[in-house]
Amino acid sequence: MTSIRKWQVGESLPEVTLAPVSRLDLIKYAGASGDYNPIHTIDEEAKKAGLPGIIAHGMWTMGNLAKLFTPYYEEGFVQDYFVRFQSMVFLNDVITLKATVKEKDEKAIRFAVAAVNQHGKEVVKGEAVFALYE
Amino acid sequence: MYQHDIGKRSAKVKNVVERGAVKKFAEAIGDRNPIYWDEETGKRSRYGRNIAPPTFPRVFDYGVIEGLKLPSKGLIHGEQHFHYERPLFVGEELYCYAEVKDYFEKQSSMGLLGFLVIANNGEDPDGNLVFTSTSTIIINEAVRKAMSV
Repeated sequence: MTSIRKWQVGESLPEVTLAPVSRLDLIKYAGASGDYNPIHTIDEEAKKAGLPGIIAHGMWTMGNLAKLFTPYYEEGFVQDYFVRFQSMVFLNDVITLKATVKEKDEKAIRFAVAAVNQHGKEVVKGEAVFALYE
Repeated sequence: MYQHDIGKRSAKVKNVVERGAVKKFAEAIGDRNPIYWDEETGKRSRYGRNIAPPTFPRVFDYGVIEGLKLPSKGLIHGEQHFHYERPLFVGEELYCYAEVKDYFEKQSSMGLLGFLVIANNGEDPDGNLVFTSTSTIIINEAVRKAMSV
C-alpha cells in the first residue's frame, strides 16, 4: 500500500466522490450516531424549520471526509481534525472529498480538507493533522 | 445569555466503545475499512485490536450539564474539532463529560448570533485524557427570543 509519507506539500490524496446523498444514508447515520433531529430525515419537519428539504447531518459529511485517512492507520492517526460547516448538503447532492498536504515534518502531516458539492461549493472545510509514528 | 454557564461541567459517565456500535457507525459514514470491524485485521495491526473512526465520539453519553438550557430546535452546528492523544480502541472503557467552554455574541447580517462552545471529553480509567470533541453551536436571534432569556 502507498505510504502517506510519500505525499509532498501541494499534493492531494486520491479524491473520493460519494454516491448521491440518499434519505437512507441519513436515516442510517441518525441511527448510528443517535442524532435523531428530524430535519435530517423527515420532509415536513425540515420545511417547518424553514428549509427547502431535509439536509444531511454536518457530522455525516465530516465523518465521510475522515475516511480519506483510514488506509494509513499503520503509519499514524488523526490527531486533530477541525471543520467549519459552510453550506448545507441536500438530498441527491454529489459530494467529493479532498485532502491536500499543507505542511509536513517528521512528526506530522497537516492537510487542508474539504467536502465539495456538484456545484463546486465547499460545504465542509477545515484541517486535519495526521500524527506519524516513529 | 450563556455567559454564566461557562465552566459548568457534567458528571463523568462511563461509556464503552462497543464493537457493534463502531461497525454500524463506520458503515453509516461509508468507511468499509476492516480495521474498524474485522477482528483478524485488528489483531494483525500495530494496535493489536480494532479501532474506532475519528468522529465516533458523537455516539457517547456525556451526561447532563446542570442548569444549561438549550433550545430543542433551531441550533446550527457551526464548527467541530476533534483532538486525539491516540485512536479509540474497540472494547475500551472511557469516562466522558461535557463542559461549557465559551459563549460570545457577534453581530451578523442575520442579526445578533450567539456562539456556544461545548467540549466533550473522554478519559481512560486512569484519568488520562484520550480525546476532546469541541462543538461550536450557533443560536440565532429568533431562537433566543423564543426562549425569552
